[in-house]
Amino acid sequence: MRPEFASPSSSSSSSADRRLNALVRHLATASMVSQTAVAFSPTSGFHGDSVFSHVVRAPEDPILGVTVAYNKDPSPVKLNLGVGAYRTEEGKPLVLIVVRKAEQMLLNDKSRVKEYLPIVGIAEFNKLSAKLIFGADSPAIRENRVTTVQCLSGTGSLRVGAEFLARHYHQKTIYIPQPTWGNHPKVFTLAGLSVKTYRYYDPTTRGMNFQGLLEDLGSAPSGSIVLLHACAHNPTGVDPTLQQWEQIRQLMRSKALLPFFDSAYQGFASGNLDEDAQSIRMFVADGGECFVAQSYAKNMGLYGERVGALSVVCRAADVASKVESQLKLVIRPMFSNPPIHGASIVVTILKDSNMFNEWTIELKAMADRIISMRKQLFDALRARGTPGDWSHIIKQIGMFTFTGLNSKQVEFMTREYHIYMTSDGRISMAGLSSKTVPHLADAIHAAVTRMS
Amino acid sequence: MAIRRAMSGRIMDRTAVVGARYMSSWWRSVQPAPKDPILGVTEAFLADQSPDKVNVGVGAYRDDNGKPVVLECVREAERRIAGNLNMEYLPMGGSVKMVEETLKLAYGENSELIKEKRIAAVQALSGTGACRLFADFQKHFCPDSQIYIPVPTWANHHNIWRDAQVPQKTYHYYHPESKGLDFAAMIDDIKNAPNGSFFLLHACAHNPTGVDPSEEQWREISHHIKAKGHFAFFDMAYQGFASGDPEKDAKAIRIFLEDGHHIGIAQSYAKNMGLYGQRVGCLSVLCEDEKQAVAVKSQLQQLARPMYSNPPVHGALIVSTILSDPDLKKQWLKEVKVMADRIIGMRTALRGNLEKLGSPLSWQHITNQIGMFCYSGLTPEQVDRLTNEFHIYMTRNGRISMAGVTTGNVKYLANAIHEVTK
Repeated sequence: MRPEFASPSSSSSSSADRRLNALVRHLATASMVSQTAVAFSPTSGFHGDSVFSHVVRAPEDPILGVTVAYNKDPSPVKLNLGVGAYRTEEGKPLVLIVVRKAEQMLLNDKSRVKEYLPIVGIAEFNKLSAKLIFGADSPAIRENRVTTVQCLSGTGSLRVGAEFLARHYHQKTIYIPQPTWGNHPKVFTLAGLSVKTYRYYDPTTRGMNFQGLLEDLGSAPSGSIVLLHACAHNPTGVDPTLQQWEQIRQLMRSKALLPFFDSAYQGFASGNLDEDAQSIRMFVADGGECFVAQSYAKNMGLYGERVGALSVVCRAADVASKVESQLKLVIRPMFSNPPIHGASIVVTILKDSNMFNEWTIELKAMADRIISMRKQLFDALRARGTPGDWSHIIKQIGMFTFTGLNSKQVEFMTREYHIYMTSDGRISMAGLSSKTVPHLADAIHAAVTRMS
Repeated sequence: MAIRRAMSGRIMDRTAVVGARYMSSWWRSVQPAPKDPILGVTEAFLADQSPDKVNVGVGAYRDDNGKPVVLECVREAERRIAGNLNMEYLPMGGSVKMVEETLKLAYGENSELIKEKRIAAVQALSGTGACRLFADFQKHFCPDSQIYIPVPTWANHHNIWRDAQVPQKTYHYYHPESKGLDFAAMIDDIKNAPNGSFFLLHACAHNPTGVDPSEEQWREISHHIKAKGHFAFFDMAYQGFASGDPEKDAKAIRIFLEDGHHIGIAQSYAKNMGLYGQRVGCLSVLCEDEKQAVAVKSQLQQLARPMYSNPPVHGALIVSTILSDPDLKKQWLKEVKVMADRIIGMRTALRGNLEKLGSPLSWQHITNQIGMFCYSGLTPEQVDRLTNEFHIYMTRNGRISMAGVTTGNVKYLANAIHEVTK
């Protein structure tokens, strides 16, 4: 007997029918249940199939997968130039002294509790973050036209901003540079935006394809969202000059394109916080609107604490306040309120002028070490007579160098020299030291001369 | 436009004016969002100047002095952590150690399922994050499915599954007349739902009602859910907080596991370890075998990566430090019991005071219900009177957070409730 299963509108069937159906169901065997299951996956309760049986294993994240592979390698000369986390000359992760100090202060403050933060996070954190990126004298801040919400590092800030745009903005397309950080497309797609690209990097010059950028942004539909790396473009390390930024700004404003800045390296690129924020401040100075995702992962070394902020610069204060209320509706069903620890460290440092100064010094030291690694690698390749123009190594800026090596060459370097990097040829300069530069130079030399 | 420029007192350069053709903001049409009903209560409370004010709104534990508590075991864990470890990124799935210990709490210390590696589990942003990650996963991999949510439930549950774009239905749960469980209607709804529906269950200490099924009722619920091939997803935000014993509070989950369900669980350390603002939790999905668990975990990570890349390390370190040290774990269990006992004591006191005042209504539900919340049965109008006349803050559904009740304010609270209900 084929069991009749109750339909969703069973409230209209008689109670007798329901009793009969219930009886039938109790008599049904497991296989009968799964045969007659309506449109849904088979039952989960019979030591048999899970409703998620069909789920296949996802591929490794290309960037984080590099570290996984590196960890597996037993070679003593292995070098991890994959993920962009700063390393000291000794190849060790670094917790800034000023961060440790801040942590101790928090620990010793017995009055501190671990209560829920407001949905938008720590108010002081938000204010200080806005000041940091827009400048203390920013008219947008003075006029209360900025809303800033604490988010989970850069990723979280991008996601929250993108979800807001998908709901409230009339244009659902975001233009991202070619290439960009591997996670960008996924963030925007899952948020509900459609992703297009604009030309950015020129492989032949290993610099900017500025003409291509202007053409692509120029032909974007009016109002489109445009993702801009505020400084230290990831993965190429190629940044527009200030004049180029001005041209970009004019073009974007003339087409009413909405800027969405990703600022993950403020202070890390040039070593100077204000200099690295110039591009953003240029846009804010013209009175227009923009989104900014800020991360403290690299410049304060707070990686795993997930500290960041999303700022929306609006034309008017009342608008900023409405926007903030809607951002809260995005955040609440995502994680309710942000984590307290990392943001508390940031507040402790930013609000104390002495600690702030200490931070800028340590930050400059990190940036300087990276710049020095660039110089050393460039010199080492020149010394070896490695064919090609390697000046892009010292021209590019920030944590990464886009070497220009192809995936075959990268594979070769991993196999023969145990050097780990992403297959697009991006190396994290932060993973280099004076001791390891020669090994890398040897590997590049070998790859270029033996593999094309 | 010229007037606007003059008024703003700023000279905008020509190119900026050209670019500022859209003089009005893109966001002019954005409506101000309604305040979050739960968190908005605390905001209002903080703004109130009255010395008598009482906050029985948000579900954060308070000691008998009405003060937030940082557990001693947490303080000790923090002392050990500070200065010793770096702040590197966790893996996308979070702290492996923390997740391992967390699974033991839910599935059992010696669970065969853990040994067989059949559980896909990732660290999540407390309970909210765990639910959201599961909802996104459900949408991706069972796109035709819908979620059944109890009435009432924590308000944010609806937001979470809505934002994940999973269609939602409700099932009967609370019985207003008895202020208990509407068991028959609940079973009916389970039976009438299309096969293979997803059901959201509160593992213990139902929020907001405090009404939990009995063990026998859980067995029957399990039976009917199994018969319909439904997926059982447990939100367990109060393990240890309900009875004072984490093992006891996991009973519903253990029953379902015995019955062979492949469940999902959202776990939170916000309340039971007092780690609210640290956002520490765990999402787990029980699979057929290890291979499946690996696949599911990898997909959960794929959903976490474009949301926040990897979860925050600090809170996870606290949890794993405590749970992997037998002495610290013992201390934690003691402190959890103290919190649960205080709440149970306040339930007794509140009910006792109301009865002493000669209230005509029955208040036995106050002690029948369990966990942090009491569904008082007060109407929104009565709640408004409590706030406006007595400076007592709670959500308008009449939910009282018992954690906000102290020996110092229980009489005042009872008095006020009596005034508005007599």
